[in-house]
Amino acid sequence: MKTQERKRLWIQAAFTALFNGYAAGFAKGKIFTGPSKGICVPVLNCYSCPGALGACPIGSLQAVAGGKGRSISFYILGVLMLFGLVFGRLLCGFACPFGFLQDLLAKIPVRKRTVPARIDKPARKLKYVLLAAVLILPAVVSAVKGAAASPYFCKYLCPAGTLEGGLPLLLANANLRAMAGALFTWKAAILLAVILGAIFIPRFFCRYLCPLGAFYSFFNRFALYRMERNASSCTGCGACEEVCPMAVWVTQELESSGECIRCGKCKAVCPAGAICSGFESLARKTAEE
Amino acid sequence: MEAKRRTQLRLAVLAAGIAFLAAGLIRGEFSDVLEKAMRICLECIGIG
Repeated sequence: MKTQERKRLWIQAAFTALFNGYAAGFAKGKIFTGPSKGICVPVLNCYSCPGALGACPIGSLQAVAGGKGRSISFYILGVLMLFGLVFGRLLCGFACPFGFLQDLLAKIPVRKRTVPARIDKPARKLKYVLLAAVLILPAVVSAVKGAAASPYFCKYLCPAGTLEGGLPLLLANANLRAMAGALFTWKAAILLAVILGAIFIPRFFCRYLCPLGAFYSFFNRFALYRMERNASSCTGCGACEEVCPMAVWVTQELESSGECIRCGKCKAVCPAGAICSGFESLARKTAEE
Repeated sequence: MEAKRRTQLRLAVLAAGIAFLAAGLIRGEFSDVLEKAMRICLECIGIG
């Protein structure tokens, strides 16, 4: 399991470096302005990170919907639908820089908390509310005001923006530092809360708050990348559920869960080898069917 | 989920995804995104 987990962490590190490859930006306190900035990356990665080479889908969805009389971004939704169709939430498990950070934080050796089901279940719905807000709010406010609307999720909540964009830019750029006020303090507090949350509850942000994870969760059931449990080999030992960072009920709902980030920890730990994963062709039937 | 239903859903999402992407590009959303992403988003970094 350790080798597999190490391999996944390296893949996550590689994607983080790929999406944030403009190293000079960190030293200069400026962001990359090349044409690749118009390309939407499929994960939560702030486009105001000094290293960012592409555009954040959540920021872009709100920016397009909140300005120029458009109510929806077909471009971003199309990109996300195609990535969702192929990968589902595999992107959360392997490619998201903010997911990577949370996986590193989860390695801090403190006793992990189990969130009681009565809190966990409704709290997981919060990310869907945030997704709805991301899709609807800027368009509605822009239509009512007749002017551009703010990207509200980015402005008031997104901890990735504070970590990847706010902190490095403010550290390197005195002008921006002078402009920071109450809003930055609020966002820093949110970031701190999410970091503390991720230390005690693995993938805290992905479980409860990420609107992009919520979007991809709709695709998990039919995405080409699949994880399946062979019921006849499974002994029901529950080892898979003990290691799952998303607290998925692996023995009952692995295939249908929108929460599974396809990290493969359950597969690696299964003593019976009952869990398999991989890409399926667009129209192939599974073995059990 | 049944394999047949899964295949239907996949094809529908594939068609919709391509159509959305094409529609977005045709109406110039790439430039909108580029324009936004090329400037520091003050809201995103917590300045306002």
